[in-house]
Amino acid sequence: MTNEEITSGLASIVEEVAGVDAEEVSVEKSFVDDLDIDSLSMVEIAVQAEDKFGVKIPDDELANLKTVGDAVDYIVKNA
Amino acid sequence: MTTKDVVITGMGATTPLGGDVASTWDGLLNGASGTRTIEADWVDTYELPSRIAAPLAVEPNEVLPRVRLRRMDRCEQIALIAAHQAWSDAGFELPSEDAEPVEPERLGVAIGTGIGGPMTLLDQHETLKSQGLRKVSPLTVPMLMPNGPAAHVSLELRARAGVHTPAAACASGSEGLATGMDMIRSGRADVVVAGGAEACIHPITVAGFAQSRTLSTRNDEPERASRPFDVDRDGFVMGEGAGVVVLESAEHAAARGARIYGRLAGAGITADAYHITGSHPDGLGQINAINTAIGTAGLSTTDIGHVNAHATSTVVGDVGEAAAVRKALGDDVVLTAPKGALGHLVGGAGAVESIATILSLYHGVIPATRNLDNPDPKVELEVIAGEPRETNATAAVNDSFGFGGHNVALAFTRS
Repeated sequence: MTNEEITSGLASIVEEVAGVDAEEVSVEKSFVDDLDIDSLSMVEIAVQAEDKFGVKIPDDELANLKTVGDAVDYIVKNA
Repeated sequence: MTTKDVVITGMGATTPLGGDVASTWDGLLNGASGTRTIEADWVDTYELPSRIAAPLAVEPNEVLPRVRLRRMDRCEQIALIAAHQAWSDAGFELPSEDAEPVEPERLGVAIGTGIGGPMTLLDQHETLKSQGLRKVSPLTVPMLMPNGPAAHVSLELRARAGVHTPAAACASGSEGLATGMDMIRSGRADVVVAGGAEACIHPITVAGFAQSRTLSTRNDEPERASRPFDVDRDGFVMGEGAGVVVLESAEHAAARGARIYGRLAGAGITADAYHITGSHPDGLGQINAINTAIGTAGLSTTDIGHVNAHATSTVVGDVGEAAAVRKALGDDVVLTAPKGALGHLVGGAGAVESIATILSLYHGVIPATRNLDNPDPKVELEVIAGEPRETNATAAVNDSFGFGGHNVALAFTRS
């Protein structure tokens, strides 16, 4: 799966869970500061991302995923 | 008016008769019924004796955006919908970065519910059992907690003067209004968004009420099932809905030139301390609640033109209430019972029916009691039936009672 495909897959999860327009979800965006996603929604996004990309995202790793790009990199390395 | 006067400046509702106050009021005046056959499979699965209910006329997903819906229990959704309507009706904009239409520290919320969000509780328990921890929503607790409806309204309207959730079973909505009035009178708030909400037409609630033998089983005639004060009544119809009003100190309302529907002039709250579900046969708790409501309102019994009865269409309850009202207010007061049309909205009932009471005074017309074909001879007061009745009365009482022995009477006056 390419980075673009992962970004697009994450974007659709973020739209489903938090209602952020998928087109707004790009690698440089911070989940909290730019996309206004709270910690509760981040838990849901992580669970859906685990299922979609076949990765495990433990809580201590999730805390480090500040931007969409961080999440894409993590998925690329761990999938 | 004194500074202690509490007025109603906005109203909102979503009920089995309509998705707002206007359609609900039209339904009450036109004798509509919100009762339907329950179409869900679980009625057959569990062989439930009551196969009828009064669901919302307008689904929340027709009103709120998808992502807001998935973060809230149905009970929270409808409280928010009714609060939005009431807030807008009162002439307020939603708070923004630039403007707070009411100072947050002077704005309170008091929205009661009977049981809050058990549908979320049950759904998420099923999810835990079938799919495990990972799939349990992180929003489970804020969705199931009974203070959730009030809390969501507080968040939306930026209300920081205190958020309350009276839980008094079927009297919760009325206790919400009484709590709001107290907050203003005690000086804690200038404006309180107050009411009640319930949305739990679910196999377990229907089964539980069925086992307590309180539900109508007139399954072949849903629209005729809820029949308060009628000799052939056989129980209540489980409904869902929310009612919310904007209560405001008269001073605050006058200062901004608000349209005033009427006054919440007094409230009486008592408890029977007798039986967990049944009212005390002497009716003293109900009588004292009415007396306290009109006493604190500075009204006399002859000021009260009509009582919006709690009257759920149960065999014992309706007769007991009529006797208590007669003892409290005499022979001349008339009753009306909107549950014949609405069904029983449980924690939403007292709030929605308060709105009906306020509008009766405001418009000078009292809706008739649907399905009152043959008044029970044991009811020794006149109950309005057939057509709505015009009224010149300046005051009315709304009665609400709840499992647990709760009695709440609210006295309203025209402004």
